[in-house]
Amino acid sequence: MPQQLHYLKESPSQTAGPYVHIGLAPGAAGFDIYARELGRDIAGPNARGERIRVEGIGIDGTGSPVKDVLIEVWQANADGHYAHPEGGGPVEEGFRGWGRVITDFETGEWGFDTVKPGPTRGRNLGTQAPHLNLWLVARGINIGLNTRMYFGDEAEANAKDPVLNLIEWERRRATLIAPRTLRDGIPVYRFEIRLQGEDETVFFDI
Amino acid sequence: MTTPAEYYPRDRTWHPPALTPDYKTSVARSPRLPLISLQNSVSEITGPVFGHGDIDPLDRDLIHNYARPGEAAIGQRIILHGRVLDENARPVPNTLVEIWQANAGGRYRHRKDTYLAPIDPNFGGCGRTLTDETGYYYFRTIKPGAYPWRNWVNNWRPAHIHVSVFGAAFAQRLITQCYFEGDPLIRHCPIVQTIPDPRAIEQLTAALDLNATIPLDTIAYRFDIVLRGRRSTLFENRLEGN
Ligand SMILES: [Fe+3]
Repeated sequence: MPQQLHYLKESPSQTAGPYVHIGLAPGAAGFDIYARELGRDIAGPNARGERIRVEGIGIDGTGSPVKDVLIEVWQANADGHYAHPEGGGPVEEGFRGWGRVITDFETGEWGFDTVKPGPTRGRNLGTQAPHLNLWLVARGINIGLNTRMYFGDEAEANAKDPVLNLIEWERRRATLIAPRTLRDGIPVYRFEIRLQGEDETVFFDI
Repeated sequence: MTTPAEYYPRDRTWHPPALTPDYKTSVARSPRLPLISLQNSVSEITGPVFGHGDIDPLDRDLIHNYARPGEAAIGQRIILHGRVLDENARPVPNTLVEIWQANAGGRYRHRKDTYLAPIDPNFGGCGRTLTDETGYYYFRTIKPGAYPWRNWVNNWRPAHIHVSVFGAAFAQRLITQCYFEGDPLIRHCPIVQTIPDPRAIEQLTAALDLNATIPLDTIAYRFDIVLRGRRSTLFENRLEGN
């Protein structure tokens, strides 16, 4: 026997189940318990940059909406800085860049308000196009799914993005790019997440 | 000089795969195309930071955090405690741990739960806390009951507490479940059995911890949680762009 390495194993994942809201968004489960639910305000009041809305829906392999998914969002500010000690630089007071999004239990539609992030630094001196990092959990999802949302009006930056370019199947890159429209003067990005089947969204092993 | 770099890649053979037909809901909700492997960038090595201003000390006491004044949740009183470590066995300090669970009868306080066991008016079923500098956390709660669920005709979830942990990076984000030593339902549960390796199931099984009990008051279970560890760069392989 060689020497032992003594690394621990990561705790294995288990599904968040149908009642994930009790733990992470109790208001949605139907009761008030905490003075402050976390993840409701992603950008905070002082964030610079363009105020945007992001909306979408999750679709399962039968073509049906996934009505009980919970999504967490992680994003940089307009300067491309994450609110973290290694995040690249300072952020505005009150900017956390993290949010929790729940769906309408009847329709599966979800949406949130935030600011559009700036480009972030990539590996080896590269630049990443503006994007949102998303993590999906739900009943039937055994380990959280990581994906990214890119912005439809950033065609030039997207074309150079190192992560999009890593996706060998060029037509699949489009599954990560949300088209932009205007509603009452506010930019709205639509992001449909297909868990399975035709045009399955690209998910990452990060 | 060594500098922190990527997180160790996830050992996907230790986690449940996406498609596990005995857990029927996974069949239509599992991606069929392979995940795209991504080396960590700043987007993955960062993650939200929480502080004591985000939560209340009472949030970790599920026996009282939803109870009417002077009352308490019904059930077997337990302490659930342990450490959050990384794969290098280093503590993960100041990280947010959130839990949720059914009451002692196996009923959730959720508008979608219609099981006939009664709601406990003094039990909400969720709690949260931050680990301390040594990665240690604790909750006081009641032991949840087993409950039936629709999968096969006769499936019962073993007693379990759902656990959500952040770590320091979005790459470490994890949701799992804590089971209890000696529960015969563990081996019959299609959700537990999505985990291929029996040793990994043991890792999710809390041990009775008599040393941490409060005599004549509360029994204790120990549940340590391990998040992904982080590599150090010994030679140049730039994660940072500068
Ligand atoms: Fe459960």
